[in-house]
Amino acid sequence: MTKIDKRFLSGNEAVAEGVRLCRPQVIAAYPITPQTTLVEKLSEFVADKEFPCEYMLVESEHSAMAATMGASMMGVRTFTATSSQGLLYMCEMLNFVSGSRFPVVMVNANRSTATPWNIFGDHRDAMAMRDSGWIQLYTESGQESMDTVIQAYRIAEDPRILTPVMVNLDGFSLTHTYDLVEVPDQEVVDRFLPAYQTDNKLDLKNPKSQCISIGPDFHTEIRLQQQDAMDMAKKVIADVDAQFGKEFGRSYGGLVQEYRCDDADYVLVVLGSVAGVARTVVDELRKQGEKVGVIRVRSLRPFPNEYFASLKNRFKALGVLDRNLSFGNQGGVYTETKAALFTPGNMIQTLNFIAGLGGRDITKVNIAEMFSKLKAVSEGEAENEMQFIGLRWS
Amino acid sequence: MAIKFNELTDQELLYGQKTCPGCAAPIAVRLALKVLGENTFTCLPACCMCATTSVYPQMSFFINNTTTAFPATASTCAGMAAAAKMLGIEDDVTILGIAGDGGTTDIGLQALSGACERNDNILYLCYDNEAYMNTGIQRSGSTPYGAWTTTSPTNEEVVGKNVVKKNLFDIICAHRIPYAATASVAYPRDLLEKIAKAKDIKGARFIHIQAPCPTGWGYKPELTVDLAKMAVENGLWTLAEYQNGKLTVNVKPKTFKPVKAYLSAQRRFRHLKEEDFAEIEKQRDQEWELLRRKENEL
Repeated sequence: MTKIDKRFLSGNEAVAEGVRLCRPQVIAAYPITPQTTLVEKLSEFVADKEFPCEYMLVESEHSAMAATMGASMMGVRTFTATSSQGLLYMCEMLNFVSGSRFPVVMVNANRSTATPWNIFGDHRDAMAMRDSGWIQLYTESGQESMDTVIQAYRIAEDPRILTPVMVNLDGFSLTHTYDLVEVPDQEVVDRFLPAYQTDNKLDLKNPKSQCISIGPDFHTEIRLQQQDAMDMAKKVIADVDAQFGKEFGRSYGGLVQEYRCDDADYVLVVLGSVAGVARTVVDELRKQGEKVGVIRVRSLRPFPNEYFASLKNRFKALGVLDRNLSFGNQGGVYTETKAALFTPGNMIQTLNFIAGLGGRDITKVNIAEMFSKLKAVSEGEAENEMQFIGLRWS
Repeated sequence: MAIKFNELTDQELLYGQKTCPGCAAPIAVRLALKVLGENTFTCLPACCMCATTSVYPQMSFFINNTTTAFPATASTCAGMAAAAKMLGIEDDVTILGIAGDGGTTDIGLQALSGACERNDNILYLCYDNEAYMNTGIQRSGSTPYGAWTTTSPTNEEVVGKNVVKKNLFDIICAHRIPYAATASVAYPRDLLEKIAKAKDIKGARFIHIQAPCPTGWGYKPELTVDLAKMAVENGLWTLAEYQNGKLTVNVKPKTFKPVKAYLSAQRRFRHLKEEDFAEIEKQRDQEWELLRRKENEL
């Protein structure tokens, strides 16, 4: 038996340990709050020769993703990390990387997008990149963030998938929050994650052109391949999480993680770190006899449509807590969840709660209010479909 | 390194591209690849060379090649070079960026500056046709003073582009990289020797090649090399090198030929009047004054 190595780490430090264990050969990164402590830690690892790596200190996020792509197309494992404005600045390159099927893994420290300028957490950055062709996973803890980075390489590099993965962790509430994290042994990770091998690379023995233009005559077929890979990723994300569980003793539900939903009347769908406080509220309300539960969406892309379609009439009402908003419509997770629920016979009532924008705390009181609104709407009371929770004024 | 034309390989690593007749860009790239050889990885942004060589299913590069985003030639190359180092092949291969003037002096300048500052192990060729030609002749930072383009139109009061061409070579030299040069398709031996020299140097290398464009400049395709030669003889294009902190001007005309013959041969300058020719010669003389001073100082 190997001894258990538990350390007190911030979310960013836990991610850095995860990246170290995956041994990317090229890292290209540009600093942005709240991702900085992650790239700082990785610089130390590389300087201390913890793993062989070319660490590129590039002059922008656009170049970070371009350099990562350039390295990946040579057939090496790559990593980068960013947040907020940096992610938006990468937008063009995100689409290059996914379209040409390079299995880049990136950590995004979720942060609000300007303006108003704000360095704190919400999901508007990643949500704006929802259609970039990347797999998007959201984590709840430092431990899960580290574990998900390791899983992300297995998913991205699977020859059936070859799709980049963005691992999202909430800015500050995860990136800068310390917790006890179990750091696995290198040999166990090596067994779980073999060295990257691919034919999708530039190769002196077999020269080819990458990232080429494809006109109307073949374009749709290429896009179908991307969609097929995303569909397959639903299975692979779940399988990899289950295998990770067998190997490391921790797993996270694959695409979605339910908490006390079996006999629930009212459930709240969440993304990211707010799941913890939501579970605490569920436990408290359960003591008062309320049948409530939490569904944490772990994979926003691919979206667990089949899961939501299967809910049918399991619950009386379902709320979606969005730390983002598509102005002129509703929260991003809500519109997708509602669309997935739209199956014959579905009678679950739905509400959308907008909260936690620009890093505002989502309190237990806020969560309890959401559950009481779900109960009210299921009992016939009028509620606006979309509501801002915890407003100072309205 | 002396180049002997009769010893150049017959092997063509670029052919079948759909460039316009008379395009100087494939002349430059084809020649460069004869020196650089099969172990070259080319990287092109959105530009004429990409649009005419890399459209599925007909590939015109017979070596490893990638397209990248418009601003990302140097940064993509830098990532490829980092991977080549990790794969242990960096001394056996050339990572070659090939971009136009818009993709270099304008949208790609930040990434190129970053790669130069980091001294990434890449060779970057800018083929300068002095406007956004792939999108249909729009003004770039590299369009010369007085030139008509679709976005620098001319009329009674406007001369076309009314500011001077950005001096890319100066900008690159300011990064103090191991090797930078300017070249011309009218001087193939000079061009090939510069490519050969750059090939054997490690670190960031840059060559700026004037690439006359019959379509965008408005002249007959067979005049490409003649015009490129005239530009060097009248002083509007220079052949220079920067190495080991030293600037060398390779061709120094004793007296400059008048610019009028060169400019009048191109439709993009046909609106120019005598005073405009005089203004352009004044600008040229100032540029050369600066160049001579730098040659002595750097």
